Amino acid sequence: MFVPTTEKERQEMLRKIGVGSFDELVGSIPEKARNPAYRLPKALTEMELARHMEALGAQNRLPLSFLGGGAQEHYIPAAVWAVALRGEFATAYTPYQAEASQGTLQLIYEFQSMVCRLLEMEVANASHYDGASALAEAVNVALLDFDGRNPGRRGAVKKVIFPETLHPHYRATLKTYFHQRADVRLECLPCPDGTLAPSVLAGYVDDSTAAVAASCPNFFGLLEPAGELCRAAHARGALFIACVDPVGMGILEPPGSYGADLAVAEGIGLGIPPSFGGPSLGLVAAKRSLLRKMPGRFCGLTADRDGRRGYVLTLQAREQHIRREKSSSNVCTNQALCATAATIHMALLGPEGLREAAELCYGLSHELASALADIPGFRLKFGGASFYNEFVLQCPQDASQAQKFLLKDDILAGYPLGADYPWLKDCLLVCATETKTRADLRRLAEAARKLPVAAAR
Amino acid sequence: MINQGEATIFEKSVPQRRAIRFPATEGLPSSKDGLPAEHRRAASAALPEASELDVVRHYTRLSQLNFSIDTHFYPLGSCTMKYNPKINDQIALGPRFSKLHPLQPDETAQGILEALFRLERALCELCGMDAFTLQPSAGAQGEFVGVLVARAYHQKRGENRTEILIPDSAHGTNPASASLGALTPISVRSNARGRLDLADFKSRLSPKTALVMLTVPNTLGLFEDDILEIAEAAHRAGALLYMDGANFNALAGLVKPGDLGVDMAHLNLHKTFSTPHGGGGPGAGPLGVKKHLEDFLPVPRVVEEAGLYRLRGDFPLSVGRVRAFFGNVGVLVRAYCYLRRHSAKEFRQISESAILHANYLKALLKPAFEAFVDEPCMHECILQTDPKRMNGVRTMDVAKRLLEYGFYAPTVYFPLIVPEAMMLEPTETESKQTLDEFARAMLAIAEEARKTPERVKAAPQSLPVKRLDEVGAARNPDLSWPGRVSSS
Repeated sequence: MFVPTTEKERQEMLRKIGVGSFDELVGSIPEKARNPAYRLPKALTEMELARHMEALGAQNRLPLSFLGGGAQEHYIPAAVWAVALRGEFATAYTPYQAEASQGTLQLIYEFQSMVCRLLEMEVANASHYDGASALAEAVNVALLDFDGRNPGRRGAVKKVIFPETLHPHYRATLKTYFHQRADVRLECLPCPDGTLAPSVLAGYVDDSTAAVAASCPNFFGLLEPAGELCRAAHARGALFIACVDPVGMGILEPPGSYGADLAVAEGIGLGIPPSFGGPSLGLVAAKRSLLRKMPGRFCGLTADRDGRRGYVLTLQAREQHIRREKSSSNVCTNQALCATAATIHMALLGPEGLREAAELCYGLSHELASALADIPGFRLKFGGASFYNEFVLQCPQDASQAQKFLLKDDILAGYPLGADYPWLKDCLLVCATETKTRADLRRLAEAARKLPVAAAR
Repeated sequence: MINQGEATIFEKSVPQRRAIRFPATEGLPSSKDGLPAEHRRAASAALPEASELDVVRHYTRLSQLNFSIDTHFYPLGSCTMKYNPKINDQIALGPRFSKLHPLQPDETAQGILEALFRLERALCELCGMDAFTLQPSAGAQGEFVGVLVARAYHQKRGENRTEILIPDSAHGTNPASASLGALTPISVRSNARGRLDLADFKSRLSPKTALVMLTVPNTLGLFEDDILEIAEAAHRAGALLYMDGANFNALAGLVKPGDLGVDMAHLNLHKTFSTPHGGGGPGAGPLGVKKHLEDFLPVPRVVEEAGLYRLRGDFPLSVGRVRAFFGNVGVLVRAYCYLRRHSAKEFRQISESAILHANYLKALLKPAFEAFVDEPCMHECILQTDPKRMNGVRTMDVAKRLLEYGFYAPTVYFPLIVPEAMMLEPTETESKQTLDEFARAMLAIAEEARKTPERVKAAPQSLPVKRLDEVGAARNPDLSWPGRVSSS
């Protein structure tokens, strides 16, 4: 327990308050609900807790992993968390009193600046929960923008279109966020070739389409023709939302350069460990014209009474604590500590470090893809299509079984796609980042060679 | 001197300077050969170019411009700025937890699944609930999930209820979450005692009411003493009762929300369960529900089957997924660690101390600052500045002057229904000495307001910056450092 108050002090406080006993302070709690029985385990000391968590930790295995699927592992320099975990960052809160929070505020400003530069977008907010909720919020911006541009249509159904190559969990999150909205229809387009053809998209976009969302690289690791998809959306007045890989931005075309109206990304990998899926970091950026419809917090540069540079939370008139039910989002905080880590991480990598990391991801994953595709029974499902650091590998048997078999060699070979894509039951999504060595790639290839071929193929 | 302000990292950037390098690997396929031109980045991302020391020093110096719990008393009401135990960070960031991939097969992640399962059970026990989802990333997302659960519950029963009743003292996220979930918020008046006005409440209950959303204790730091009657009326009208558990630090170990007729409640683990606020997140806002709502919780859920912990997604009535992966697991691990450090009796001591400290602080400040409701408070108290008695000094001025005394300010101008509000939450982890020092500073400021009000209105003078031009910042937003293309 972390309560410093002694019994003597407790009595002094009660006297000062002017009550005889503590119970007089909680008289408004219904008598019958007070002091119920609890069944909780006994308290552990710090040392016992450390032991208990070590024992639990030992039940978590860390095989050689080629899992990506929206949470890719990247190297985190030691300086990132050594600085981010400083109490002045970690134990502060939302910078309500700007004068006593300039550290967090300047950091968020630098974060917003780095996200803009990474994505070549005009404005970025202070961050969101994760990539999926960031996408949901971006879709909401597009819906608000559509209503603003089409005042006569208010209440009529608006379409949001995305391909099935968008992360299945992102698609599920969109459904959760919008299925109660009578004026929103989500449309998912099939992609048998692994990417969305612009001509196919053009057949679905119409004047009631508020947004087209696609990821590049997509869930299969393939590079969507994002520029052409963006143009197909714009041709009918729809906004284009790009989901991108932030580390991939070291070598891949940024969404701002092909005209995306909104861009979102999952920040796991930008100094943030996967941690079983969170805490993560949703990046949200947009064209400046959408600024006042954007959700979340913004930090702005301004001046104090002496004209000295200083930072404040700004554009708060959009936010829930002022607009309440009329605000564009219910988001209250951001993921500030994750944004702190990401900012330090990006500053340490710099343009060259980011490029090197992305280039290693490209090189290692392509070498791995060739090595695996050379093994009899295996092939790349989407053959000649361009990919970045992840690819779909067709296996000689059910992919879940293949994963299990390779796990015996302490290798997590990839993510079996059958649960999300029944037509890809024999396919693994395999990822290699800069965290892997060539020896690691060889280990996977050698283990895969031993995989028995299913009779019923 | 730090307080001359720090240049941005972009101004400190020097072309070609490097910190982190990655291993060179000869002979790997190159993106220059394989990546089609239309997918290639033309100019590299214009990130800063700096040495490792440049970066470490820059951000360390920025950190020193912050007030924080580790360095200052931080009585920010409704935020529960209690001490954050260090071991919890160490455990959560250890490789056996932080390196786990969210798509790992269940059998390789038994330790984390067991911790999450046990955390859910313990939260159920503390709240008197039957099931918990740990997925919501923050309190606001917990509210949103609660709204979706309520909609799904009523729809399953063939009822299309579209309204949600919310007191006018509520946090702004409540009505915003309602709108996001396509419910129409209806505001209910507070009475002179700072509680929900029962008559107004009952007049607004109708067959359209899906949900009643109450914060307990409420944002005035008061327990809704009519809660049993409110619950009964809501249920009689066919509505559900939701408890915003932002202020659960006053109740843990003392009262189970489930015993008060609450059907569902979210908790803010970064408040009651001590996970670091991080300068504004990440938090976690788990949602607990009674049995009749369990089937609607988000997926995936942690289950125990034949001695194996599993993540299961096949719950047909579920409202679905609310984020890409399971939740803010690193935060959940810290909360689990905190929970295991305390027995039920100790939780009760925590709540009692939080309540005692708030009432003590209120008693100390009474000579100069009026309490909005003059009754014992729970874990926080609402005081008011009276500009008429203080030569025009307002709450914002008191807050700014406090910073110069070395204390972070209380929450100010909230709840909205209290003029010149100051919301003080000292928490249980602060000592009597700190509370006494803080009270002396507050009383000194009140004295200054009478004798030298200009000193208070001009504060702060001694911090890194003076009062900032917020109007200008919003009118002409400068949100990023100029320049997009790398200099190298």
